[in-house]
Amino acid sequence: MTAPTGITRATLLKDLRLEWRSKDAINSMLFFSLLVVVVFRFSFDPTAEESREIAGGLVWVAFLFAAVVALNQTWAREIRNQVLDAYRVSPAPANSLFIAKTLGNFILVTVLEALMTPLFIVFYQLRSLGPAWQLLVVAVLGTWALVVNGTFFAAMSLRTRSREIMLPLLLFPISIPAILAMVQATTSILTGEGARVWMALLVSYDLVFTTGCLLLFETVLNAE
Amino acid sequence: MKKAFPILGALTAILLGYALYEALVAAPTEQTMGDVQRIFYYHVPSAWTAFTLFLINFVASILYLVRRNPAADIIALVSAEVGVVFCTVVLVTGPIWARPVWGIWWAPGDIRLTSTLVLWLIYVSYLILRRFSSSGQTPTLAAALAVLGALCVPFVYFSIWFFRTQHPQPVMGGGGSIDPRMLHVLLINWLAFLCFAFLVCWSRYRLEELQRDVDHAHAMQSLMDPRGSVR
Repeated sequence: MTAPTGITRATLLKDLRLEWRSKDAINSMLFFSLLVVVVFRFSFDPTAEESREIAGGLVWVAFLFAAVVALNQTWAREIRNQVLDAYRVSPAPANSLFIAKTLGNFILVTVLEALMTPLFIVFYQLRSLGPAWQLLVVAVLGTWALVVNGTFFAAMSLRTRSREIMLPLLLFPISIPAILAMVQATTSILTGEGARVWMALLVSYDLVFTTGCLLLFETVLNAE
Repeated sequence: MKKAFPILGALTAILLGYALYEALVAAPTEQTMGDVQRIFYYHVPSAWTAFTLFLINFVASILYLVRRNPAADIIALVSAEVGVVFCTVVLVTGPIWARPVWGIWWAPGDIRLTSTLVLWLIYVSYLILRRFSSSGQTPTLAAALAVLGALCVPFVYFSIWFFRTQHPQPVMGGGGSIDPRMLHVLLINWLAFLCFAFLVCWSRYRLEELQRDVDHAHAMQSLMDPRGSVR
């Protein structure tokens, strides 16, 4: 039996290689968030000052909706050819699979954010009044909060009818505190206020939900 | 058991009538808000009842995950359904009260109203999941979602806490003070609402049990007779 980390690494590398060759998820995510940026730019037409106030919400709404695109595809390819069933009967621990999928989504969404952030800065003339390195911390914490729950709920919505619709319906309500924290943290950093409280909230949210998902994932994967 | 149901039903009806009288006639009129304040006797007990039901849902879900007991699953389902109804009452009466008193229908920074809304969203998504998942897996998936949803509650509360709150201080355990006569009426209303919720849950529980028996019988029938139709 391979060690759990070995399984995680194998699954992660396989997913990344598949994504690298097809570029399905990343392309649709990029184009989608580009559309959001452009549409909002024209519908609000903000000044630099207003941009600072609304950018936090805008950026995260774009990333949130784009992330759903990637999350929906997470398990879809494991359904074909009954890969998931094979995984369930194998002695491999369920959580290695979950961690691999979560890391894969995390990398995907991080790449998206890295590519989109310059565009946001250009389109909205953003200039941070607070320490900009903190935005990086918020991005990591916020992205993790989105993908850890998203990967979990994608596995859950796999078992339902109309699964593409189910994921946001399950994910968004539970993510509301995290989304609020990300948006508020980003806005406070951009406008030069402190974001410590929101970052602490994000850290504890990440810890609690990562633990919760790891504890419950095997149950969900084997639900019959 | 069957005899107890109509007796409890009659008692609940009497209690609800008495509570209505107490709330609309017997309770003293509030000094600054006037009669508008009386909606409080519906708003607050509904909220407490909804929270009680969501707590029951959480406990039943954990019980289901540990013991795999179908009764726990039905209790979880029923308490979430009835809880959502009471939660809706809270969300409707809140703005009706807020408009004349605060001058606005909805205060996004208000901690109790907004966290109740998020709670409502979470449990509606729970009910949607139950409706859309295939029957064999529903209890497990729903229980997992219920546990994560309950984990979310403190985060909802604290995230909105950091927005400033406009809501009157909590009646119980907070700094606010309340006329003992009003508190009396409030508690009577809560008792009446709890009895009513229990009654609805009970009949819904029996209905769900029957439904599952019927589904099971249909499944068995179609297994026995390959040519027979399911319905």
